[in-house]
Amino acid sequence: MTAVATVPARAEPAPAIGGATLEPALVRVLLIGGALAFLTLFLFVPLVAVFAEALKKGWSVYLDALSEPDAWSAIRLTLLTAAIAVPLNLVFGVAAAWTIAKFEFRGKSLLLTLIDLPFSVSPVISGLIYVLLFGAQGWFGPWLREHDVQILFAVPGIVLATLFVTFPFVARELIPLMQSQGNEEEEAALVLGASGWKTFWHVTLPNIKWGLLYGVILCNARAMGEFGAVSVVSGHIRGETNTIPLQVEILYNEYNFAAAFAVASLLALLALVTLALKSLIEWRLHDGAPHLNGDE
Amino acid sequence: MHAAIAKSNPRRTALRVLPGFGLSLGFTLLYLTLLVLIPLSAVFLKTFTMSWEAFWATVTSPRVIASYQLSFGASLLGALLNVVFGFMVAWVLVRYRFPGKKIIDALVDLPFALPTAVAGIALTALYSPNGWLGRFLEPLGIKVAFTPLGVVVALTFIGLPFVVRTVQPVLEDVERELEEAAACLGATRLQTFLRVVLPTVLPALLTGFALAFARATGEYGSVIFIAGNMPMVSEITPLFIVTKLEQYDYAGATAIAVVMLLVSFVLLLTINLLQAWTRNRGLARKA
Repeated sequence: MTAVATVPARAEPAPAIGGATLEPALVRVLLIGGALAFLTLFLFVPLVAVFAEALKKGWSVYLDALSEPDAWSAIRLTLLTAAIAVPLNLVFGVAAAWTIAKFEFRGKSLLLTLIDLPFSVSPVISGLIYVLLFGAQGWFGPWLREHDVQILFAVPGIVLATLFVTFPFVARELIPLMQSQGNEEEEAALVLGASGWKTFWHVTLPNIKWGLLYGVILCNARAMGEFGAVSVVSGHIRGETNTIPLQVEILYNEYNFAAAFAVASLLALLALVTLALKSLIEWRLHDGAPHLNGDE
Repeated sequence: MHAAIAKSNPRRTALRVLPGFGLSLGFTLLYLTLLVLIPLSAVFLKTFTMSWEAFWATVTSPRVIASYQLSFGASLLGALLNVVFGFMVAWVLVRYRFPGKKIIDALVDLPFALPTAVAGIALTALYSPNGWLGRFLEPLGIKVAFTPLGVVVALTFIGLPFVVRTVQPVLEDVERELEEAAACLGATRLQTFLRVVLPTVLPALLTGFALAFARATGEYGSVIFIAGNMPMVSEITPLFIVTKLEQYDYAGATAIAVVMLLVSFVLLLTINLLQAWTRNRGLARKA
């Protein structure tokens, strides 16, 4: 781990260059001050506010809010949703990256654009599309009612909406990474007689494991934190179809601010853990494979 | 950030030596079709059940027009704020040393990681008249929470990482020799910045702006808490879709969604073109 500590995440300015390409000290101080003031106002203060508001009425109120049965069922549902959505999008991400990075075919850039599509769709519309498919007036609505299958306002709808909004995460991390690594190692393994699956498990997977983990962490953070899309399909049934972010909204709208911020602090902690893991992996990747971000 | 995606590998001479093309392509297309393409096409097919007049009347009703104005106007302001301060943050992170830089660099991605609902209630608590920041703004006559200004604040927060993260790698690649040359030829620091540095990072800056703007137009979770959601005043378009859905007006919700999707597609196309431009600039510099 010594390498992690010494390798900078990004290139530091070369100390030899200075003077002519350095701004006057006053300008530097103003720029640093301006940047830090902006970040403080828009990032750090809101983050601190979440924890301050959560603990405003003391630890006992905080812990009571978190041990509410409704809070627990929200936590369980969020974990369940992420446990289904993340592995599915992981498998998809690997398959998509293998197709796009390892082979040449027509329509590749179109496929790439389509994979990125869910990122440019408003979360509200990401929920709406499943209402149009599975809602009472939707395409499959009558059939579902006949067979007594509940998708909308139930767990399957929440999982589908989460799958949609977290769809591109793993794929878009893996594609540039695998493209930068080329095909030589896999080809060597095949020439030496390894089967396709064996090559994938023993050659490709070890090469992409950090990029994969990076994608999974981002995918998981979004899966657990998604609000708009899930809000549209959930139906807001307390103790049944409320995820943690929806529970935050309900508590907040009931003017139960301490409890809302207590539950929200769990999500803020998740965000901080996500950022810490992400930075750790970035330092690792800069060590081994510097091309993750595609800036060669 | 993903500039390498569309770049083909010049060394890939042996086509389709590796196995699994059919399986992985088949699975990718099936999954994409079932999860993304069929559901998205439902939006367009649903609007075809409306008459053109009904569609047009829905998407141009005064309350919807007011919501477009707010959504796009506030997104524009938020993205512009992010261009100015995002560039400043990227510059400071790349060029200068100061304590806590690594942690600050990592925290720039907070708006990506923090669930939007949490951001929404935190900003509302801060800017409400008795909040940490609101209580100083109130005496000055500035109301942020429950006004369009609050929408701008939330959308600035949401778009913050985009400009920083697109400009940062380009700024790292800028050759300091060019700046030295400009200085040797007698240019002032400001001239060097305007004539040498700025043209190099301009495509990345525009890409970051477009990404932040695109994200902001669709944003829902962080805005609805701080906006106050008054019709005609502080109601964003995504909220209007939700309102229509809650009234079981599926056709109305879908019509507005189609307008938003078309805007998103145009923005996506613009972003792709801008990214290609950034990439070509980068390659040209290296050649």
